[in-house]
Amino acid sequence: MSDTTNPPVKTEEEPPSGDSMMQRIVAGNALISVLAVVIALVIGGFLIAFANEDVREAATYFFSRPMDTISAAWTAVSDAYIALFRGSIFNWEATTFAGAIKPLTESIVFAVPLILAGLGIAVGFRAGLFNIGAQGQIIVGAIFASYIGFAWDLPVGLHLLLAMIGGAVGGAVWGAIPGVLKAKSGANEVIVTIMLNYVAVYLISYTLKQPVFNPGRSGQKSPAVAESASYPPLIPDWLVPGNSFRLHWGVIVAILATMAVWWLMERSTIGFELRAAGANPNAARTAGMSVGRITVITMVIAGGLAGLASTAQVLGTEGALTAGVAASYGFDAITVALLGRSKPWGVFFAGLLFGALKAGGFLMQSLTQTPIDIVLVVQSVIVLLIAAPPLVRAIFRLPDPDRPRRSARTAKKQEVAA
Amino acid sequence: MKLELQGITKVFGSLVANDHIDLVVEPGEIHALLGENGAGKSTLMNVLYGLYDPSEGQILLDDVPQRFNGPGDAVAAGIGMVHQHFMLVPVFTVAESVALGYEPAGPAGVLEMAKARQHVLEISERFGFEIDPDAKIEDLPVGVQQRVEIIKALSRDAKVLILDEPTAVLTPQETDELINIMGELKESGTSIVFITHKLREVRAIADRITVIRRGKVVGEASPTSTETELASLMVGRSVSLAVDKEPAEPGDVAFELDKLTVLGSTGTPVVDKVKLKVAAGEIVCLAGVQGNGQSELAEAILGLADTDGGAIRLDGEDLAGKSVRERLEAGIGFVPEDRSTDGAIADFSIAENLVLDLYNTEEFSRGVSLSPSKVAANANVRTEEFDVRFTDIHDKISTLSGGNAQKVVLAREMSRPLRLFVASQPTRGLDVGSIEFVHKRIVAERDKGTPVIIVSTELDEVVSLADRIAVMYRGKIVGIVDVAKAGPMGVNRDVLGLMMAGVSLADAEAQIAKDASATTPKSDEEVPS
Repeated sequence: MSDTTNPPVKTEEEPPSGDSMMQRIVAGNALISVLAVVIALVIGGFLIAFANEDVREAATYFFSRPMDTISAAWTAVSDAYIALFRGSIFNWEATTFAGAIKPLTESIVFAVPLILAGLGIAVGFRAGLFNIGAQGQIIVGAIFASYIGFAWDLPVGLHLLLAMIGGAVGGAVWGAIPGVLKAKSGANEVIVTIMLNYVAVYLISYTLKQPVFNPGRSGQKSPAVAESASYPPLIPDWLVPGNSFRLHWGVIVAILATMAVWWLMERSTIGFELRAAGANPNAARTAGMSVGRITVITMVIAGGLAGLASTAQVLGTEGALTAGVAASYGFDAITVALLGRSKPWGVFFAGLLFGALKAGGFLMQSLTQTPIDIVLVVQSVIVLLIAAPPLVRAIFRLPDPDRPRRSARTAKKQEVAA
Repeated sequence: MKLELQGITKVFGSLVANDHIDLVVEPGEIHALLGENGAGKSTLMNVLYGLYDPSEGQILLDDVPQRFNGPGDAVAAGIGMVHQHFMLVPVFTVAESVALGYEPAGPAGVLEMAKARQHVLEISERFGFEIDPDAKIEDLPVGVQQRVEIIKALSRDAKVLILDEPTAVLTPQETDELINIMGELKESGTSIVFITHKLREVRAIADRITVIRRGKVVGEASPTSTETELASLMVGRSVSLAVDKEPAEPGDVAFELDKLTVLGSTGTPVVDKVKLKVAAGEIVCLAGVQGNGQSELAEAILGLADTDGGAIRLDGEDLAGKSVRERLEAGIGFVPEDRSTDGAIADFSIAENLVLDLYNTEEFSRGVSLSPSKVAANANVRTEEFDVRFTDIHDKISTLSGGNAQKVVLAREMSRPLRLFVASQPTRGLDVGSIEFVHKRIVAERDKGTPVIIVSTELDEVVSLADRIAVMYRGKIVGIVDVAKAGPMGVNRDVLGLMMAGVSLADAEAQIAKDASATTPKSDEEVPS
């Protein structure tokens, strides 16, 4: 092996470019994700303790009896996290089985739009696109889906299917705009999608004031979506008697979508092109791929998934179009995609986690007076840590996974080659 | 100040960018560092400027060993650097740019721009730069921006000034002005290290010349050396890699460039009305010093560079307006110059890289469904055929050595029936064994009757591989040398060297013949007549 005669190729000491930042986000490992969640929960614990009345009172005489403060803090944090668990997974204090597992179903209800929109963001990440526009795509998808849902009169099954397609098309159209602009004129997709989010917010306000969406009322809600266009409840009454679950078939859509996105990314030519364009647009172009076309396709898929996320709301949970239909799902989905490392099943589980945090946050607030904003802080800290893997590694004293492994591998390779 | 580099070695991973380089620059000397792109010049200067830590060796200033932890240390020691790509802030004024990094401050840290302006005026007057300290950088022509960089270095009392490819961005006029400035700096006692691959400038200004090739000092030359001598030193003639091949049996003209023009980023033609015909079953090498339009020409053939007039005909069919995909499907095999940025995707597996432009063919996919088993099967066959050494076809291609990665690219491009094969720098960075293998495959492709175009700056490669050699200089083909007609001695490298400096084939041959006759009488004298 005479790599020694190679001309200098400055690969290792070059400063990280934007592309490699994207690579880091996409290529990070699952361990970092898990550790990021752990650290975020620990930091959340500190905040809960600081925000707690008892803890602060005990802290006034901290130096005479420090154990009071510590035990108060422990109580506050453990109570809050126990409430979070009871509110999101399993409530053992409930009187019926249905009541006990209701929190879990609520978590999934919140998770479904997060998973679907998160998949859309993840597809964008894999293709090297920062799609910040899931919020707007959800809104426009919701307008389409709800309109088909309440205004059309179609047989059961077909109606739901058309409403779903309508939602996906709405999101896809909204996603296609930045895609086409980027492909044709190089417009930065981050800026365009952010701006389109604002446009969508005002579009929904306007839409809800139109007579069709708001017949004779001044409320902020459209007519209810027809039964024939709604997701049926997932768990029928005969299975778990007396349930009042909001859980609907949208979760099946989410599971199918996750599988579909996995297939798309790993087993289809479209995914191959998409990943190539994301990993190295120059090589993709040299290999005859049209990077502009890939950009448009990616944004259409991303928008379509965000549009599907909206159907979980308007055809399921909410049953109508409301001004707040998208809540903050479009933005939380970015975090979900990051936490899930832009891998379909990673996004799926990250979505479940975030759904659980959302659902559990309500009970935590009502039982322990812990502000629900703590959940937001935990989510934000997760993003920060994922954006800075070296920080997580430093905290847990993990070795840099790239360096030793890469050199060990190349060493092995050179032995083979020699 | 006397600058001395002793045994500087810089290793990047498994690559040795600088291999025990010794260099002495006397006070008030203009020392040219000559070498091709990728020879290791810039790495060496970055070591000197404190940007890289040398793996071995030391830097001495006036015989005192130095240790630089960063450019700050180097600047403090009296080393100034003007980068090839200027480090200027476009919206700053000249005075602000010069002050940047060591802003003159009065009491309470108030910025004193007047001092900086004064400084600019002083230096600019001393060397006759004529620079307005209040002009904005973005409004200045490139040549003037470069002077700002020089002023910036001088304002920090640089005794040794490094100019990294300073003429690459300049017009000929600006180049002449720069040469004058360098002369004045030299008069004032500043030592200059002048990095370039342009022969004319070196001869015009340098006091001494050190030639670097593949990270090593291959020789010193005086500015009185001819351009031919310098060119052959630079591109190397030390190793001769013979390629075992039968004489070509060229068929009809299969590929033709007709008055092809490609514009560079500045709007000037980098490929200028080039005409070239390539017959089936022959290898035409595009030779020349790097940066004379060969790379752009190759890219234009595949449609990666936009053409500005002219035709590209493959078997009589004009490729103009066709997409890259359509050209690949028409049967063009293309090995790009830079394998890591254009030829392969580092994060993709070996198997995936082997189908990078074939994934959508019927062989590997049905509709949009990609068949992983067929991709894997293909990888097993191709890696076997092209002798790629690997542990698992699903490993990332970045785990392979340069030679094996290049074999992957080659295997992919040669894995379908070709009507034209184009390869840029096919053996750059490869070890001798891989070079031989790559050359064999290229000759085999030729023997199948494919027209082959090879772009190479390695003279050895060109001479041993080509059936005909087209030498490019400033975007034009200076002349075409037919290797078959060269006789038993092979192609005269000196002729090629002169042509690479822009001399036409006839003039080059005449000049070499004259040089030869000037030296022959000596030997004749020994023969009694």
